[in-house]
Amino acid sequence: MASVWRYILAGLGLAALLAGILAAVYLTLPQSAVGPDTSRSKKTQNGLFVASFEPERGVVRQGDLQSWVLTLKTAAGAPVEGAAIAVSGGMPQHDHGLPTSPQATDYLGDGRYRIDGIKFTMSGWWQLHFSISAAAGSDSVAFNIVL
Amino acid sequence: MRRLAGVAGLLALAALIVLGGCGKPEFSDAEKKTIASLALNTLPSLKPDTTNQYADLPAAAALGSTLFFDVGMSRDGTVSCSTCHKIDRQFQDDLPQAVGVGRTNRRTMPLAGVARNPWFFWDGRRDSLWAQALTPLENPLEQAGNRAAFAHYIKKRFGERYERIFGPLPDLSSVPANASPLGSDADKAAWNAMPAGQQDDVNRVYANIGKAIAAFERSIEPGQTRFDRFAIDLATGSKPEGDAAFSPEEILGLKLFIGKANCVTCHNGPRFTDNSFHNTGVPPVEGLPLDRGRVDAVAQVQADPFNCLGKFRDGDESACRELRFMVKDGVQIMRAYKTPSLRGAADRAPYMHAGQFTTLDEVVAHYSKAPLAVEGVSEVHPLDLSDRERAALVAFLKTLSD
Ligand code: HEC
Ligand code: HEC
Repeated sequence: MASVWRYILAGLGLAALLAGILAAVYLTLPQSAVGPDTSRSKKTQNGLFVASFEPERGVVRQGDLQSWVLTLKTAAGAPVEGAAIAVSGGMPQHDHGLPTSPQATDYLGDGRYRIDGIKFTMSGWWQLHFSISAAAGSDSVAFNIVL
Repeated sequence: MRRLAGVAGLLALAALIVLGGCGKPEFSDAEKKTIASLALNTLPSLKPDTTNQYADLPAAAALGSTLFFDVGMSRDGTVSCSTCHKIDRQFQDDLPQAVGVGRTNRRTMPLAGVARNPWFFWDGRRDSLWAQALTPLENPLEQAGNRAAFAHYIKKRFGERYERIFGPLPDLSSVPANASPLGSDADKAAWNAMPAGQQDDVNRVYANIGKAIAAFERSIEPGQTRFDRFAIDLATGSKPEGDAAFSPEEILGLKLFIGKANCVTCHNGPRFTDNSFHNTGVPPVEGLPLDRGRVDAVAQVQADPFNCLGKFRDGDESACRELRFMVKDGVQIMRAYKTPSLRGAADRAPYMHAGQFTTLDEVVAHYSKAPLAVEGVSEVHPLDLSDRERAALVAFLKTLSD
């Protein structure tokens, strides 16, 4: 009788220990969720241009008015000049638009356009959408930025 | 033998409890990061205001402070900025709608950290601290003065102090006693009869009054609270002790604030505000004039001669990007109001732009129910919080006041 109890108790103890360790590991594991495509360079919707989008000063800071640079190349790699660019966007998950109205303010040469007046007021998934018209035609592209 | 096994079992159980305790930290890493971003020690130092070259001049701040508390700065000599912005009440007045020469339509805003705002007033109809100060001075319901009278008053009472900061005062001998492009018909007629150069002179003195007051207001900053002490301890890994320790209810409230209740989407950063405008479905107050918030403020700030793009700005136009890139239309700014800071909120009821709610319980109940907006679209969605959760949110908000 005594020995049965001994085994049951020891077994219970071991099981409890295991469960505790598992719980500890599971609960401290970083949660990895699949997010939107955050690549900073991509083909435009209809493949007319290759667009890349980078913060002008390298860092993205929440709450600051920032300028970014949109670089437009043709599929062959030639810089796109004289493009008319309209900017829109928002937070897809919050169903609201941008807190500012960014604009293409300067042409910096070599297919590079300064997009000024961008502000991210909260962390999360933002989307910036560009409608581009140039000699080669009109196309659009969206970039996801996750803060 | 049997006793030994029993002891082993108990030990294992104890290990489970201990491990379980460590294994489930109070906050996840993501939560810790968010909490750290709300702490006062992450508040950057105040940026210079290039549109106001006197912003950090002590003499200007001293004159500004005098003017802020001076009831002589009003039509009938009874109202100063401090009538509504009371220094011992977080620079507000505990009223649902402010009372100056008359009763206004909005609640007085507290001023801690105000110099960090890109926009001023509940609807952001001014774009600098100095341009803001000129508005109540001439508002018939607040100080009810006029700029010609203010220029004369400055010359008479503070001429020397003014000139030491801003240089010589213009010749005011032929300026009418009362004149302004706003205000009574008589004031307007007197203003329109003034030569343009003279109008400019008076406007310049008027703008400088605003710049001195703004220099003073830059010193009004938020203070450390229990929440900040808790957040610093959490960030450094030391166990919060004494009043920095949070009760289980306060911890639940904090978790809700940065999690399920989504408060932190708008009330973020060390001031608990994103400095932006949102429709949160707060109902209008019956009997007050139509108030559509931000959507009507856009044209007002654009038309303000003292805005950043106007000629009274110091420095260059690169300081005017907020104005240049503001959202000018669209449903998102209909009945949108500025996200207020929540620091000190528990000690300064009532709440919202016209004092719509009397207690924090009512505020949290509003977010939980999230009624539709009377106009425009509310950005908040029903949370259906339990009684316990609502009380926890209130308990957390209080930690931003002690
Ligand atoms: C009659 C009461 C009253 C007086 C007098 C008054 N204010 Fe105010 N103040 C208010 C109210 C009400 C608001 C919000 C008004 C609105 O949104 O339309 C406000 C808003 C402000 C704001 C904006 C704060 C923010 O976060 O946007 C500042 C700054 C301010 N006042 C400073 C002053 C100064 C400086 C003076 C004196 C020149 C002054 N006030 C005089 C009641 C008053
Ligand atoms: C969509 C943005 C947004 C969200 C989300 C949000 N708030 Fe607000 N909050 C605001 C705005 C804007 C106001 C001012 C509204 C007005 O005056 O009409 C405000 C006002 C308040 C006030 C009143 C402060 C004062 O001085 O009058 C409190 C308290 C508050 N919010 C707490 C919370 C809590 C708690 C939550 C989460 C349950 C929350 N907020 C979620 C934007 C938001």
